[in-house]
Amino acid sequence: MNEGISFNLSWMAWTQPVAIFFIAIAVMLVVFGVLQFVMPTYERRGFLPVPTTRGDRLFMSLLGAAFIHLIWLAFSDASLLFASGISVVYAAVMLRWG
Amino acid sequence: MEKREYQWAWLMVLPVVLVVAFSAIMPLMTVVNYSLQDIFGPNSRFFVGTAWFTEVLRDPALHGALIRQLLFSAAVLLIQIPLGVGLALCLPKKGPWVSVSLVLLALPLLVPWNVVGTIWQVFSRPDVGFAGVILNGIGFDYNYTGDSLDAWLTVLVMDVWHWTSLVILLCYAGLQAIPDAFYQAARIDGASRWAVFRFIELPKLKGVLLIAVLLRFIFSFRIYAEPFVLTGGGPGNATTFLSQSLTTMAVGQFDLGPAAAFSLIYFLIILLFSYVFYLTILNMDREG
Repeated sequence: MNEGISFNLSWMAWTQPVAIFFIAIAVMLVVFGVLQFVMPTYERRGFLPVPTTRGDRLFMSLLGAAFIHLIWLAFSDASLLFASGISVVYAAVMLRWG
Repeated sequence: MEKREYQWAWLMVLPVVLVVAFSAIMPLMTVVNYSLQDIFGPNSRFFVGTAWFTEVLRDPALHGALIRQLLFSAAVLLIQIPLGVGLALCLPKKGPWVSVSLVLLALPLLVPWNVVGTIWQVFSRPDVGFAGVILNGIGFDYNYTGDSLDAWLTVLVMDVWHWTSLVILLCYAGLQAIPDAFYQAARIDGASRWAVFRFIELPKLKGVLLIAVLLRFIFSFRIYAEPFVLTGGGPGNATTFLSQSLTTMAVGQFDLGPAAAFSLIYFLIILLFSYVFYLTILNMDREG
């Protein structure tokens, strides 16, 4: 009678690209979490007007990447891969010199 | 030793992370999934890629709603922050009137949002409403149901009535926290009232004001119930803000895919502004 707790996640309407996206985010968080134990981050001042930690710069990179993709979708019909390329460069600059 | 404690502190956050995972992250993941699909029913959905994002980002109606929303939030901040500071400065600092003033000021904050809309709908009606009848009686051609500017001003005044108290209470708390020694030093130096405000009170209120700005921005940027009840978004689309456009799309038209894409864009805009405010507050705290 009692089937127990069901972990049916079909209500979340999962798609493969979204699953890959969130797995990538989770992996990124785990890597940066482990990195915090191995090589703790310290605040430093780069070209940004505020001192930032590695986590701050990662968050800014992700948020900036989201907006780069949105702006690309709003104004261009070209492949979204260009926006992804710009985002990678932006994230690298932010993490290294931000 | 300190470094080790700092690192283990992150593990203490784990229970909160789990709660947030179920209450916020899983629904957010669902919205992301919906934003990439055309949903016809629980078992009938098709992957459409970023088509909904492109459609939403290029929709002139939503551009209009975004511009109205930004203008509304800017107007709210420009009015409520100076007004809140000014009224907080006028409140008594000691004595029995302090409690009376604070309770009276807190009253609008206790009224549910949809009730605020109903109160102002009745209050502003040009035929039987107290404010509407008086404004028309003294010569203004006031009709918030037919005139866009009147509707805008009514929604704005309603929001000022509802939320300025929050700014006042925050500023009042900030003012009460300033030690008397600062005022005594200013008196000895013969500082004017303006100088006391400019060089003592305002710098000390900096942190509180940023929190007030952040809260008022977030609340005003996602305003829904009050204008929905008062004007229904009209006349035309004059007072249709982002949240109402979103609700119409998701619940009215049942366009779940575009509504999900719209929700994510809406969320990212609020996240961006909140993060900028957060960094500013943090930086100001450091600078002292």
